[in-house]
Amino acid sequence: MQSTWQTFMQDRGDGITYVDWVLSAWGWTLSIAACAWVLALLIGSLVGTLRTVPSKPLQWLSNTWVELFRNVPLLIQVFLWYQVLPVVFPSLQKLDTFVLVVFALGFFTSARIAEQVRAGIQSLPRGQFMAGSAIGLTRAQTYRYVILPMAFRIVLPPLTSEAMNIIKNSSVAFAVGIGEMVLYAQQAGAELSAEVPAYLIVTVFYVISAFAVNRLMAFVESRVRVPGYVGGSK
Amino acid sequence: MKKPLLVLAAALLAAGAAQADTLNKIKETGKVVMGVRDSSGVLSYTLGNGKYAGFHVNLCEVIVNNIRKDLKLDKFTVEYIPVTSQNRIPLVQNGTVDIECGSTTNNQARQQQVGFALTTFVTEVRMAVNAKSGIDTIAKLNGKTVVTTTGTTSVQHLRKHERGAGLDFKEIFGKDHADSFLILEAGRADAFVMDDYILAGNIANSKNPADFKVAGEALSVEPIAIMFRKDDPAFKKAVDDQIRALMKSGEFEKLYKKWFESPIPPRNTNPNVPMSAALKAAVANPNDNPMESYAKK
Repeated sequence: MQSTWQTFMQDRGDGITYVDWVLSAWGWTLSIAACAWVLALLIGSLVGTLRTVPSKPLQWLSNTWVELFRNVPLLIQVFLWYQVLPVVFPSLQKLDTFVLVVFALGFFTSARIAEQVRAGIQSLPRGQFMAGSAIGLTRAQTYRYVILPMAFRIVLPPLTSEAMNIIKNSSVAFAVGIGEMVLYAQQAGAELSAEVPAYLIVTVFYVISAFAVNRLMAFVESRVRVPGYVGGSK
Repeated sequence: MKKPLLVLAAALLAAGAAQADTLNKIKETGKVVMGVRDSSGVLSYTLGNGKYAGFHVNLCEVIVNNIRKDLKLDKFTVEYIPVTSQNRIPLVQNGTVDIECGSTTNNQARQQQVGFALTTFVTEVRMAVNAKSGIDTIAKLNGKTVVTTTGTTSVQHLRKHERGAGLDFKEIFGKDHADSFLILEAGRADAFVMDDYILAGNIANSKNPADFKVAGEALSVEPIAIMFRKDDPAFKKAVDDQIRALMKSGEFEKLYKKWFESPIPPRNTNPNVPMSAALKAAVANPNDNPMESYAKK
């Protein structure tokens, strides 16, 4: 077994070792996940909030968004962004594959975050909106100063799962040739005839990454908790 | 509770200890499971509806049919299972596939894991490019994007070559040969580096074959062979004997002509790939030498 692990130290032919390569693959995985997470959080928060406003057109728009992106499998969405949309909209051809995958993963996750944010908002008593109006806040101000700060605290645990999921889901990027960790496992595994060790290595990296996100989110949770609310009593 | 566990443990031990005995398995089940490829050029490809064709598929059919005659089996079926570059070796190792008739390079690393029959095809790794791109040597790949198929070793040769020529190129990966060719066709890559017969097959089956050509110098010469489980000398001998007999009788060359120098289904295009000097040498002197022994020449 010793020698199998040592083969990963060797040069792959152009001055880069297989160890360097897995680190670069890890970088791709984390970059996709991080960019997609920012996009998903921004859009998901907006769409989730819009699902709770009184305006019918805005509700319709946000409902359509959620149903569109959560009813199509992620892998299919990635292929749609990569193979189909650039044919329909030639301007997308100029975009890097990385950007297309970030859109696919970000929009897919945004639909899930939107539902969580909606659930968080709707779990608050209706009286909070009334209290906002009573002290003279507009509806937007009520959301900004009363509703959303509480709703986000409530949905932090499911958001933690979502943040961990986005790291694991980024593995679909291999299907469109991005050099992330699953692609590394397949390609380096084949080049070294060491498929099993290659998969073991990337498994460890996935666990480390997802667990780091878990700890980070737990830290955020502990810093923002409000005594007496969900996650607030300890 | 304890007893079933013991039985299971004993069964697992027995399975681990038993030597692969494919001939016996074929005799008992009356069935051979053949691993085939969807898009390995002329060697193995799909016609749709679960039908497979190609030089290696045909060759394997002849071989297993002859083995069936030797075993005097009346009831006999051949089951076709499509495999990919990534799963072919595990599927052969775990017994899902008895005989793999795709496009597997026989090299020393793989010989540690599986067994190979006598070399039945020799390929050169080259590149397919857009005919108008002006790329005709490896040196012109500088600053370009190169696609290859995940789970294949072709790109290693380019990387090794790259250092000598001081090339700088971007690597991307298709999930299978058809996908890699699509990436080239869509203009996302400037060159597709792969075995020449796969390139020729994909070009022949593309929408506009005249738009693409195989170009550049050969990056490596690789022997391709039928693959089966390791440590099964009886089965290896049976397959090798059939191949040797086909080569001696001239039947092998007829099969080669049928697939490489005549119109082939589904489009009745002629691949027009005459037998290379390296393959002629392998026919004149049948052997199962790995790729590494070709590089030394």
